[in-house]
Amino acid sequence: MKLTLRIWRQETPQVKGRMVTYPMDDVSPDMSFLEMLDVLNERLTLDGQEPVAFDHDCREGICGACSLVINGVPHGPEKATTTCQLHMRHFTDGETVDIEPWRARAFPVVKDLVVDRSAFDRIIAAGGYISAPTGSAPDAHATPVPKPDADAAFEAATCIGCGACVAACPNGSGMLFTAAKITHLGLVPQGQPERDSRVLDMVATHDEEGFGGCTNTGECTSVCPKGIPLSAIAGLNKDYLHALRARS
Amino acid sequence: MDTYYTDGDPIADGKAPQGPIEDRWERRRFEAKLVNPANKRKLTVIVVGTGLAGGSAAATLGELGYQVKSYCFQDSPRRAHSIAAQGGINAAKNYRNDGDSVHRLFYDTVKGGDFRSRESNVHRLAQISTEIIDQCVAQGVPFAREYGGLLDTRSFGGAQVSRTFYARGQTGQQLLLGAYQALERQIAAGTVQMNSRHEMLELIVVDGKARGIVVRDLVTGEVTTEFADAVVLASGGYGNVFFLSTNAKGCNVTAAWRAHRHGALFANPCYTQIHPTCIPVSGDHQSKLTLMSESLRNDGRVWVPKRAGDDRAPGAIGEDERDYYLERIYPAFGNLVPRDIASRAAKNVCDEGRGVGPGGLGVYLDFAAAIGRLGRDAVEAKYGNLFEMYERITGEDPYTVPMRIYPAVHYTMGGLWVDYDLQSTIPGLFVIGEANFSDHGANRLGASALMQGLADGYFVLPNTIGDYLAAGPFPKIDADTPEVAAARRIVEDRITRLLAVNGDRTVDSFHRELGRIMWEYCGMERTDEGLRKAIGMIRDLKAEFWQRVRVPGGEEGFNQSLERAGRVLDFFELGELMCIDALHRTESCGGHFRAESQTDEGEAQRDDENFSYVAAWEYTGGDPILHKEDLVFDYVHPSQRSYK
Repeated sequence: MKLTLRIWRQETPQVKGRMVTYPMDDVSPDMSFLEMLDVLNERLTLDGQEPVAFDHDCREGICGACSLVINGVPHGPEKATTTCQLHMRHFTDGETVDIEPWRARAFPVVKDLVVDRSAFDRIIAAGGYISAPTGSAPDAHATPVPKPDADAAFEAATCIGCGACVAACPNGSGMLFTAAKITHLGLVPQGQPERDSRVLDMVATHDEEGFGGCTNTGECTSVCPKGIPLSAIAGLNKDYLHALRARS
Repeated sequence: MDTYYTDGDPIADGKAPQGPIEDRWERRRFEAKLVNPANKRKLTVIVVGTGLAGGSAAATLGELGYQVKSYCFQDSPRRAHSIAAQGGINAAKNYRNDGDSVHRLFYDTVKGGDFRSRESNVHRLAQISTEIIDQCVAQGVPFAREYGGLLDTRSFGGAQVSRTFYARGQTGQQLLLGAYQALERQIAAGTVQMNSRHEMLELIVVDGKARGIVVRDLVTGEVTTEFADAVVLASGGYGNVFFLSTNAKGCNVTAAWRAHRHGALFANPCYTQIHPTCIPVSGDHQSKLTLMSESLRNDGRVWVPKRAGDDRAPGAIGEDERDYYLERIYPAFGNLVPRDIASRAAKNVCDEGRGVGPGGLGVYLDFAAAIGRLGRDAVEAKYGNLFEMYERITGEDPYTVPMRIYPAVHYTMGGLWVDYDLQSTIPGLFVIGEANFSDHGANRLGASALMQGLADGYFVLPNTIGDYLAAGPFPKIDADTPEVAAARRIVEDRITRLLAVNGDRTVDSFHRELGRIMWEYCGMERTDEGLRKAIGMIRDLKAEFWQRVRVPGGEEGFNQSLERAGRVLDFFELGELMCIDALHRTESCGGHFRAESQTDEGEAQRDDENFSYVAAWEYTGGDPILHKEDLVFDYVHPSQRSYK
């Protein structure tokens, strides 16, 4: 396959970025999208140019590192698929493909296609956990969890923290990410004691980090590689109101 | 004939307590010196890596009151490669009442490790396994549940009891998020200072003790020195020496290797676990291999055509023309034989020309019978996400066409040598998780790596490191100390040299070539001749690297090529040591199959009389020195493994 890539190049956070065009002549349909970029980078290196920086690690759709906006869509055209699991068979010969980084105020560009997503870690640090000190836990069977609750908690817990939801949102909101964690921990009995403080603290940090508010446009869930549903945000809102009322 | 190494003194003391094996861990904990809570605040520990072992260790040490500095090269500690473990975690809970016990898990693990691990360590691991599940459940890890609300379990490769706890096919992710969240809690509490996008490039040893590390900030390129009273390496395994493996692209040996160059012994490097259920390679562009969870073997049947060169579609091959070779050769275990046996059996049938798919390097993993027996919905509920992943990568639907699988490098059992306290041969340097050699022996069984990572991080290290730290805080160190300046200079010189070559080959092209050598000669089957050849090839390739490599960009700022170049250099040295270790061990055991050492039936032939030891290698810059630690078996007596 022949493709024309237009890639966002930006040396440092301070300098202005620009789209640069790279023709590709030898793309195999069996390559993953990142393998296609590997091939480009090998060529750039030998041509004496700097390769394109992009984040990636596990390349099996679970670590959440890969983060490309492909033709305007975070993680590209396939539903429920991370960039690293996207294969070139989904593109057509002769196509022009635009590749850009996540764009959001809370995710500043580091270089080229790499952005800083550490704001997500700070949202988790604000309360996205159960305070369970090591070494004193009760027997696991002492706390039964109804299977439907455990299954629903698991579904929410599959969030990989990639940030596609933020990149897709017209408001740059990280609400789907935050809601996934709140839903997961709110559905298990162990998560109940801290349920109110968790939602208040995490939402407060979310806002402080520069993420926008949620207006239910649903773009987040349509690009989420793990299919976290919009109902998670409804759950967050419910918990949030409950916590506000409980506090007042 | 060149042996490539010299013999050194045996290792006398692994520090395991004596007495009945059930009491040893209890005894060690009691005898370990304690650190007064007020003193813990004055003690600093560096933890490198944030996977199951490093994340849980940093969180636990922070909670205990130590000042912890945590480092990872990813942009977030949540992305460590433990997150990709699909299968499950073992624990001797006996919730199924099927005869499991601590002793049985201990027994199975020693045996599954082909009698090349330590009884004391493995017994401790089995004991702690039950606490791990309790801890994770308390953290809210959403394990699979029965309708009554209690935990569900499944059986896993090599085991005949149902002791594996799991969260669909994403157990590693859920366990890691549990540890990561515990870590973030400590970060918020101020006990852990997190440094992501930082890579450890050198160990700082002062007065014979590990006292810090040299790190590079991967965003700015700045090289700094960081000090502590103890250093913990939890930097994972080195499977990426093969280039193609199931490891994440960033996994590397650098932290462990630089510590090895400072005197930490490196044990059993040749023990590589080859996983039988990976998606086969599709072309030269391939950057990594994707594992399909071993749990698939519970319900999938493995087969190839009986006739060599039979290239008909699988549906056109009748039952009587199929060879369900695992069920045929190993009737007692069938498709659930341990990983090394399943992998080599796949290689053998492919070598006979009966492999399937492009290039003939694949075998079928067929769910038709399971779908017929359980229904599509039940199969989908169990394995849905794995089937989806397979379809995404291959473009084939495994509900209607059998999956194709082939073995791939998955996990490395070798690593830095540690004693019972998980301390290396450098005082103050502790090594946990996959980065140490400790508990797996020659062949890790399914679902025991997650168990070891969390056991080390949550329970073992936090107890044993206190015994060392009780003698601290150690004298303050500043940047002018000669050892510190020297370590820093090594890092800076190396970077300058790499950037100066400016040759005509990329870093990845060297890495791929090294990987091919390793897979060919130090992969599923090793021979004396092949290993000698490989050592020569690796030495030549390393020399060529210094002539021809091109590392674009500069030392400042974000430079991914520079990161990789340094790691590949370490892989050259490690690869050579792996071959030397494989060459000297003229027996077959677990993940190490020496073609010269097999039974008449073609099974691995162990040599307990001559090789019942841990091979711990000392770095010299020239030929390495071999130190042996004898393995003693008082409770599980070595026997020829038979899965027939």
